Amino acid sequence: MAERQIAFREAIAEAIKEEMTRDEKTFAMGEDMAVIGGAFGATKGLLEEFGEERVMDTPISETAIVGFALGAAIAGMRPIVEIMRCDWMTICMDEIVNQTAKMRYFTGGRPQIAVVIRTATEGGIGLGAQHSQSFEAWFTHVPGLKVVMPSTPYDAKGLLKAAIRDHNPVIFMEPQILYGASGPVPAEDYVVPLGKADVKREGKDITIVAWGGITPRVMNAAQTLADEGIDAEVIDPRTLRPLDIETIVASVKKTSKAVIAHEANKTSGFGAEVAAQIQELAFDYLDAPIQRVGAPDVLVPINRNLERIVLPGPERVIEAVKAIL
Amino acid sequence: MTNYERKGNRMELTKDTLLDMYRRMVRIRIFEEGLMKFDEQGLIPGTGHVSIGEEAVAVGATTAMGNKDYLVSTHRGHGHLLARGAKMPIILAEVLGKATGCTGGKGGSMHLSDFDRYILGTNGIVGGGINIAGGIGLALQMQKTDQACLCFFGDGASNRGVFHEALNLASLWKVPTVYLCCNNQYAMTLPLCKNCANQDISARAVAYDIPGYQVDGTDVIAVYEAVAAALQRAREGKGPSLVEVISYRLRGHSMRMDRMPGGSSYRPEREIEEWEESKNPIKIFQQKLKELGYMTDESATKILSECQKEFREAVEFAQNSPEPKPESIYEWIYA
Ligand SMILES: Cc1ncc(C[n+]2csc(CCOP(=O)(O)OP(=O)(O)O)c2C)c(N)n1
Ligand SMILES: [Mg+2]
Repeated sequence: MAERQIAFREAIAEAIKEEMTRDEKTFAMGEDMAVIGGAFGATKGLLEEFGEERVMDTPISETAIVGFALGAAIAGMRPIVEIMRCDWMTICMDEIVNQTAKMRYFTGGRPQIAVVIRTATEGGIGLGAQHSQSFEAWFTHVPGLKVVMPSTPYDAKGLLKAAIRDHNPVIFMEPQILYGASGPVPAEDYVVPLGKADVKREGKDITIVAWGGITPRVMNAAQTLADEGIDAEVIDPRTLRPLDIETIVASVKKTSKAVIAHEANKTSGFGAEVAAQIQELAFDYLDAPIQRVGAPDVLVPINRNLERIVLPGPERVIEAVKAIL
Repeated sequence: MTNYERKGNRMELTKDTLLDMYRRMVRIRIFEEGLMKFDEQGLIPGTGHVSIGEEAVAVGATTAMGNKDYLVSTHRGHGHLLARGAKMPIILAEVLGKATGCTGGKGGSMHLSDFDRYILGTNGIVGGGINIAGGIGLALQMQKTDQACLCFFGDGASNRGVFHEALNLASLWKVPTVYLCCNNQYAMTLPLCKNCANQDISARAVAYDIPGYQVDGTDVIAVYEAVAAALQRAREGKGPSLVEVISYRLRGHSMRMDRMPGGSSYRPEREIEEWEESKNPIKIFQQKLKELGYMTDESATKILSECQKEFREAVEFAQNSPEPKPESIYEWIYA
């Protein structure tokens, strides 16, 4: 029998549905996520399943969404909230960074702050510079947070289930370009543990570390490279904090070359952190400078051609690989 | 503006309760005066915000709370915690950065808590607790308990955007959270007239379709009654209330600012003297208790010396407490 295929957005909805069934303390809230199932359809069916008491549309109040989630968590609940777009996470940064990430510390390690903040991230669909940003590096910088960014429906479902079961605040970033992408997802219960990278493709010539929406494009690039006789290993960390640097370093020790690719702006992007850790732990194994692929320091334009120029695609990854081979 | 109207029998507060309220007010005063002495000696890391002159707000409000009601505090929160029964030695140890403090000496005055007593703590971000308190109310509503949440915040905090988001949502969902604005008429150096377009903060309740009360913060019983009514309403499932308590801080914004040259130039000396003389809530309450025949000069002195003794014991505990271990910096960041 062929493996069951579902879309990324359905994987998200399934994960929430299964976890909300498992644990009565969970509930979901966010803007436009109940009645219509979210701006991206990733929470479809939840309202029908669980009712208004556990699936709530909120006003456009990003600080209240996260702040209320935190308060509810302190009092023993396990909220799963949605900030419609990563760009708007900037609006509730106090609630995320100063309050949610630090509450356990400030209460002497007592409460579990089991808050999942889901958000659609990255660009690629022509929505422009306030609807296409990816701020994973803002959150990986903050002790107390975990940061997850899946690139396949399988990982999305398994990681979200793990995030909901985790006792810490998790920023769960869903690349908007991937919501419609389908992939194999088993019907049986499974989780993908947080903090474990996945070797998406084994290879011996070069290591490419990639996360988020660029990952499928990197897989295409690896195929193109394979056709030319270059055997690339592709690693998706999936969780950026905590980062599974061991898996990445083991690969670099094997290939001696590394390219890091993400869609966010290259300057101060999380790729810089990965590069720094690789050179700290495997400098002697490196045969060439680590290459980084990311958006240039410009805004994401809505014009299709311009957007394609700004957001890195397979060609840029191939270029980076060839620069050090 | 809705001036809070007295209803019911204020004598539901027994003599014992009233005397205990007085004792808790004195306890806060002694604690914070003691803190200021520590600060003068440079023994307090960072700073702390004392609430001298505002004791009736903390004590009146917390007296109205049930045992399992949650409390969300502010940067000016020693009084809230002590009024609610948090242990003075633990609080003092924390303010002094000792390992025995409630945050292991890592949080200090702005990060005090007592989870066993449902006190979630002070907050270094002005207005930081307003949303959190709404969320606690939401959880209590979902859990169908008869608990409620009391959220303190200041007149300055009332102008943060979170005030609007939180009160709108709290009212919309009728969560059992009582919002208590301690209007001490200054936000750091900014007087109310430069702070609030409408100086009647309680009037904002209309915008959220909830009751808004304005109460005299020098009258501990008035504060108690207003908060009791608001908590009662919350428990009945009718949602939040906004209680504005007019008060005054008799000391500077923070102990650090008190020591800064010119650190109090933003308000007239005369104004402070006036409040000190005629609107000191402890003096006012003491007078009231004497009129009721519940207190004499002797019994007042006895309470004072007992509180002083309690503070001395707290000092002994805190000063003899160890410094936090270096490895403790890694604790409590992740579960
Ligand atoms: C978001 C934020 N802005 C500014 C400050 C600096 N600050 C600390 S307390 C304070 C005044 C707060 O006034 P109010 O809410 O009236 O409380 P009060 O100090 O009078 O008790 C300010 C400006 C801060 N801690 N947090
Ligand atoms: Mg004030």
